[in-house]
Amino acid sequence: MKSKMIVLRFDMDTSVKPVIYRLVKDYDLVVNIAQANVNPQKRGKMVLEVSGEKCEEGLDYLRGLGVTVQSLDREIRRDEDKCFMCGACTGVCPTGALYLRHPSMEVAFDENNCIICGLCVKLCPVKAMEVRL
Amino acid sequence: MEKTYEEINEKIKSGKAVVVTAEELIGLSEEKGLSRAAAEVDVVTTGTFAPMCSSGAFLSFGHTSPRIRMQKVWLNGVSAYAGIAAVDAYIGATEVPDDDPLNKNYPGGFPYGGGHVIQDLVAGRPIKLKALSYGTDCYPRKDIETEISLDEINEAILFNPRNAYQNYNCAVNLSDRTVYTYMGMLRPHMENANFSTSGQLSPLFKDPHLKAIGVGTKIFLGGGVGYVAWNGTQHSPSMLNIDGKEVCGSGGTLALIGDLKQMSPKWLAGLSILGYGASLAVGVGVPIPILNEESAYYAALKDEDLYAPVVNYGTDYPAREGKALCYVSYADLKSGKISVDDREVRTAPLSSIPKAREIAATLKAWILESGFLLTKPVKSLASPEDQIKLNFLNENKEKGV
Ligand code: SF4
Ligand code: SF4
Repeated sequence: MKSKMIVLRFDMDTSVKPVIYRLVKDYDLVVNIAQANVNPQKRGKMVLEVSGEKCEEGLDYLRGLGVTVQSLDREIRRDEDKCFMCGACTGVCPTGALYLRHPSMEVAFDENNCIICGLCVKLCPVKAMEVRL
Repeated sequence: MEKTYEEINEKIKSGKAVVVTAEELIGLSEEKGLSRAAAEVDVVTTGTFAPMCSSGAFLSFGHTSPRIRMQKVWLNGVSAYAGIAAVDAYIGATEVPDDDPLNKNYPGGFPYGGGHVIQDLVAGRPIKLKALSYGTDCYPRKDIETEISLDEINEAILFNPRNAYQNYNCAVNLSDRTVYTYMGMLRPHMENANFSTSGQLSPLFKDPHLKAIGVGTKIFLGGGVGYVAWNGTQHSPSMLNIDGKEVCGSGGTLALIGDLKQMSPKWLAGLSILGYGASLAVGVGVPIPILNEESAYYAALKDEDLYAPVVNYGTDYPAREGKALCYVSYADLKSGKISVDDREVRTAPLSSIPKAREIAATLKAWILESGFLLTKPVKSLASPEDQIKLNFLNENKEKGV
């Protein structure tokens, strides 16, 4: 069975440990936690490798709890030659993955914070943000 | 202390001129005081790289055999205005292909338009030319489809009727739905705010009374040399008094001209603005001579001293009610948040500050190293003191006809 990398994002009031336990117990999934980032001030983030017959059902269960589930088989890249550092994307990026450095006002892209919502891809006026499969 | 253009140009020629960017002048006048900075500095360079919709290029293709008087012209499928002489046309930055779905699929993506044609031309890429005509005795040909490139055509003249706005609105949206505007995507209930000038680097901000910039001023345009051709359309500069502060209004604009053949695709970028249309980002840099302490005073104004009006693009702006909700400083705008009605609103620029800085530095290098001289305007532009008021376009019924 092919395993799948996913990123979970959740509010701090969703307690994740029992949730992961249910994935294993109720949906028979093999779960391997690759990265867990639980910062008390912010939203939590967890990168998992999951496999199992009922993978999709398990992920739907998570979505039902308000957890953002995002598959890591896509990624967002910035074409550095095209980007002219206008900053327009920094106003819409929901996670601050695209942000302005001060005082230079250069636009930085931190892929680790990107949830692949695709807003910048639609919005960037020079199409510098691309989805890669 | 008064300097003249002639004296400054002599110093440039003999390698003795002191040239600084607008940001460097700010540092210098903080360090040494305005009087000394004014005495030492000869030229201040400015820059801006931002969407400037009122832009385009006159192209002259060369004659076909037999001749055609092109009546309709398309470049890569984008219509160019051909209601001028035989093989001349004007490609406007916001024109889009006839078959673009526009906003039918709201918000439209506008992937390719006149701005992109201009960028492709400047990049030296081949462009598909299609032209139709009705045929005359002197111009019998009725159609042609071929490929052109910038090198092969006779003239390519960038002529932008309205660029380099002196100041500009900071756009917010007080309505309850997301709007897609030329000021970007604005979320409802004032969730975000967009602004679009380079503030302390912006050309006309540094000469608000238009004492140095006028017809004939030689500038950096699209990576090459250009000139101020005239005032821009809707030119109506003003100085406002807001709570005792002198605030430069948004009305001053420039019409710019230059030879496209020596420009660069780095400084002319075709834009697709979601839900609005196609456009062109234009790089503009203007040198400002420091003739006296007054010119130094304005050239040294910093982001903390410069203010933008906050305007509601959800309802007010589309209805032609441009009233300012409040004024916010460029220092706050660039910090990432402003306060409007005691609410914190996150901000984003649409105008590239790093590129504006690069333009100001490039222009400085041109003056210091390549003998770029300053031109004294051959005609002054209207200043705030002229109090130009713009007319509105009303329907006949509003006029009582
Ligand atoms: S909107 Fe596009 S060009 Fe502008 S800073 Fe973001 S990625 Fe770069
Ligand atoms: S895809 Fe979404 S989260 Fe990622 S950088 Fe773009 S706007 Fe930000």
